[in-house]
Amino acid sequence: MTMRIYVPRDAAAVAVGADDVALAFEQAAAARGAGIEIVRNGSRGLCWLEPMVELSTTQGRIAFGPVAPPDVPSLLDAMAGNGQHALRLGVTDEIPWLKRQTRLTFVRCGVVDPRSVDDYRAHGGYRGLERALTLTSDQILADVTSSGLRGRGGAGFPTGIKWKTVAQASADRKYIVCNADEGDSGTFADRMIMEGDPFVVIEGMTIAGIAVGATKGYIYIRSEYPHAVEAMNAAIVAARSAGLLGKRIGGSAHEFDLEVRVGAGAYVCGEETSLLESLEGRRGIVRAKPPLPAHKGLFGRPSVINNVLSFAAIPFILDSGAKAYADFGMGRSRGTMPIQLAGNIKFGGLFETAFGVTLGELVDEIGGGTFTGREVRAVQVGGPLGAYFPRALFDTPFDYEAFAARDGLIGHGGIVVFDDTVDMVKQARFAMEFCAVESCGKCTPCRIGSTRGVETINRIINGERVAENLAVIEDLCNTMKFGSLCALGGFTPYPVMSALKHFREDFGGDLGPAPARLQAAE
Amino acid sequence: MTVGYEPWDTARGAEIIAEHAGLEGATLVVLHALQEAFGYVPEPAIPMVAEALNLSRAEVHGVFTFYHDFRKAPAGRHVLKLCRAEACQAAGGDRLAERAEAKLGVSLGNTTADERVTLEPIYCLGLCATAPSAMLDGRLVGRLDEARIDALVAEAQR
Repeated sequence: MTMRIYVPRDAAAVAVGADDVALAFEQAAAARGAGIEIVRNGSRGLCWLEPMVELSTTQGRIAFGPVAPPDVPSLLDAMAGNGQHALRLGVTDEIPWLKRQTRLTFVRCGVVDPRSVDDYRAHGGYRGLERALTLTSDQILADVTSSGLRGRGGAGFPTGIKWKTVAQASADRKYIVCNADEGDSGTFADRMIMEGDPFVVIEGMTIAGIAVGATKGYIYIRSEYPHAVEAMNAAIVAARSAGLLGKRIGGSAHEFDLEVRVGAGAYVCGEETSLLESLEGRRGIVRAKPPLPAHKGLFGRPSVINNVLSFAAIPFILDSGAKAYADFGMGRSRGTMPIQLAGNIKFGGLFETAFGVTLGELVDEIGGGTFTGREVRAVQVGGPLGAYFPRALFDTPFDYEAFAARDGLIGHGGIVVFDDTVDMVKQARFAMEFCAVESCGKCTPCRIGSTRGVETINRIINGERVAENLAVIEDLCNTMKFGSLCALGGFTPYPVMSALKHFREDFGGDLGPAPARLQAAE
Repeated sequence: MTVGYEPWDTARGAEIIAEHAGLEGATLVVLHALQEAFGYVPEPAIPMVAEALNLSRAEVHGVFTFYHDFRKAPAGRHVLKLCRAEACQAAGGDRLAERAEAKLGVSLGNTTADERVTLEPIYCLGLCATAPSAMLDGRLVGRLDEARIDALVAEAQR
């Protein structure tokens, strides 16, 4: 009997040897004449167990991990025999870390073969599009709006309102743009879903096209993600030949097609207007708003521009209903968030759950603390522009408003954990350095402010007139926060000011309280 | 691999440009294609791109210099990129980057004197839960430690 074995092709699994493991299975099976079929699936998101290999059985899939090539012969024996092995993790779906999640967007990631439309369909894929094809544009928009879905890229703008604006605009052409320029450190959900379940992104974008009357979509993927580029391109070809992209989608009168464009290493292109400039073939210089991209977006046409995860949430909403999605979450944060646990963390990976889980639960309980075994000192939530939170704020629930109320942001849902060896003044300087390197240069607070910020923090590190220089930093952050054109300059103050506010002792000088005017800057 | 690129050739350059010139907003696509073929974007290609896309030389030069990816000269035979973003910093990436710099005798952003290895920072490979990570000639490596970084450096130097 042929054994079906799943070995992830997700970049994180490949980076820790998944390709070698797949090769070892092929060689070992050939050597002993065993019949095996290897499926290169996405990752289930239990990154500390990667490469995590699964065997398809009548009891469900059984997981083993982390697997190294020398483990393969004994694993094959176990798989052909009673299944017992030191690396056995049990039935995959029963692994507690996976079982306690609520996977709506990532339900198929790591389960299906990301190259197969048929497998996607067999696991409930394209049911959302099928239903959308029976609805009017207004009905689709109503569903998206009442689901409460907010932009998962970080800004949290209601997706339904954005789509409605584009639907109501009249133009000769409209565009759907997927922002896959996932540059925030600590985030990898876009990459994972593009590699593990690319059709859900295609389906979401197709539904958007039908809802607003756009026939062309672009997926702008960063060049640091070659595996995701390859996976999306392969999926687009497969969807096209299945009649699910192109003219007469699924036999309907609708037309929609997609193209992948690759970025070129500019962080600022994750900002939507900069991304549009880049897609148009120009320098990624931020545009002033208004006009909004929904009115004048790509090539001056009305455009829906959403993050990968926003589009990937759409098929569930259309298939299972807006209410089913909105039933999860808290306050104005409805549905689920694919949270990414990263950095110095014991159990890192992708954890999709309803909004409302606390930061402490995520870091200590689910993440298991640090992998170095040292005390967790700080966590940065929301990427390079997100605030550093100390343990004292671990009761903050994962919710857009709750984080904002504590001068933080959830951004794209990445959480980077640092142990007690972290030097927070260096992290503050890095935030300014990063902004200086990546600033598009259009507005002065970001372009000049970040460079002055690096210089000033260097003086603080050197112990020069610390109190005065801290006041300069505070003032500078205030200017950047309120005077910058986009989130790069506007949010760089978050990591800087949070480091100063919560970890004042790392900044040296007089260890008195942080300057009183600090409060005013936030 | 950075070895195996074609030497610059005007006719070949023109062919590559023509292949993509018809796309909407083609500039980045064309520059990527040129770099893929030649390993960098040769200076004579800039006015050719401008001509083909009906842009000024300054516009194309502006695009070329805006993005970190595009090279104006060939890289070393191997390119070792070390992720220097926060998740990798949290996982001990600073120390490993210093180690690689010391072993290669160059700082990040430079090529060794023998032109074998270009060492570059990269800001996030999206492998943040298996940090620290690196990319050697397009091959990803996660969970770096001293032994792994030494092996990567040695491989790049070969």
